[in-house]
Amino acid sequence: MTLAPSVREAMLGAVPSLRAFAISLCGNVDRADDLVQETLLRAMANIDSFQPGTNMSAWLFTILRNLFRSEYRKRRREVEDTDGTYAETLKSHPEQHSRVEFEEFRQALSKLPPDQREALILVGASGFSYEEAAAICDCAVGTIKSRVNRARTRLAELLAIDTADDFGPDRTTRAILTAGGRR
Amino acid sequence: MMQTDTQATRRSRGRLTRDVQSKLGKVLQNYFDDVVKQGVPDRFKDLLQQYNERKDKESGQ
Repeated sequence: MTLAPSVREAMLGAVPSLRAFAISLCGNVDRADDLVQETLLRAMANIDSFQPGTNMSAWLFTILRNLFRSEYRKRRREVEDTDGTYAETLKSHPEQHSRVEFEEFRQALSKLPPDQREALILVGASGFSYEEAAAICDCAVGTIKSRVNRARTRLAELLAIDTADDFGPDRTTRAILTAGGRR
Repeated sequence: MMQTDTQATRRSRGRLTRDVQSKLGKVLQNYFDDVVKQGVPDRFKDLLQQYNERKDKESGQ
């Protein structure tokens, strides 16, 4: 059976944030896009198990996350991508934020344990509630909350945001915090 | 007043202040949205299109 137009639209509508999630997880755009592709193929093959009216985006995020976890287990011994491939994706973007600052942020993000990273991205950037994130990660709501808190604390440390005092953020932090501007 | 501002930006008992959380949140959101703004790459539109064409053929036979 072909995909109903509404289903197709919902799937494509979820792709931009699905990509952002995938890139956050694996730090490499090419791998992330392969992961999104695999997710969509898996979703289409199992479209009968999707309940109309429920959250398509959450369903796709769940599939992608599970695919990433099984791949991650396989690749655990490989070194995580640190060649700055993420920054490459921003090159052609007209409204790109400064690459330097985002590279710094990307590296800080990559230092978080995977559990914390995914929880933070789901709740802090993808717009899912704690409950939805818990369902996607197949764990308790309290677990998500504590992972998000630990992720935030660690990130703030890595980016030195918490050292802000009378003199304001230090050089690095200031660069990060003004990342919306141009250089 | 200066003293109060200073204390407000510091962490207490390992928890981040609202100020730090909000700054962190914005950076995270910008990082995420930079990818979101790129929209849907053609390869994914094509993927769904091809799936439907294949299914159409299958049901036509």
